[in-house]
Amino acid sequence: MTVRVQAEDFDLGAEVRQLRLQSAGAGAVVSFVGQVRDLNLGENVASLTLEHYPGMTEKALQAIVTQAQARWPILNALVIHRIGTLQPLDQIVLVAVASAHRGDAFAACEFIMDYLKTEAPFWKKESSSKGEQWLEALGTDHQARERW
Amino acid sequence: MITLLYFARLREVLASEGESLPWPQALDVAQLKRLLAARGGVWQQQFAENPRLRAAVNQALVADNAVIEDGDEVAFFPPVTGG
Repeated sequence: MTVRVQAEDFDLGAEVRQLRLQSAGAGAVVSFVGQVRDLNLGENVASLTLEHYPGMTEKALQAIVTQAQARWPILNALVIHRIGTLQPLDQIVLVAVASAHRGDAFAACEFIMDYLKTEAPFWKKESSSKGEQWLEALGTDHQARERW
Repeated sequence: MITLLYFARLREVLASEGESLPWPQALDVAQLKRLLAARGGVWQQQFAENPRLRAAVNQALVADNAVIEDGDEVAFFPPVTGG
């Protein structure tokens, strides 16, 4: 199980390949990539800056992966979340889960993303044609987490 | 002493990344918020009139009744928006 918070971009192919090759018992690897949209609430997004809480963010991500492990038979999991200033079409987050069967891998991957969005200390500040503003937490993200 | 940290929009509104505070006795998060709100102005707005404010003690999310001990790291921040 690996959790990384980094400014650098990541290579989905290389990361998934490594996870796969460390998980000989896995029949399924599910991955999710989040990217910066060019439009948010009707505004053209010029850039997005992600702030985090060094130390707590890593612990929170680790705790979310541990919760997923307790609920599904996961063989391996990887979470990478970027920080700093990103542009539209940049990758923000990667969650990849390896499991014996696809149902568990799909569910655990979605669970980790839903919890990450509501529990992990990251904050987005958007720069658009309207200037700079901190994004508000969405009720739909909390509804997504409550399903579990 | 306790270490206080402020993040994201809260850090900008308070114009402070954090501070150290003498901590002669154990108080809970609600009591700390009242102490900070008593500074007035934006402090009053953020710590007394902002129900969405989140708190963490020693890097774990807590409720307002969590007790803060001398030496603890306490962070305040808005609801998270990662992913």
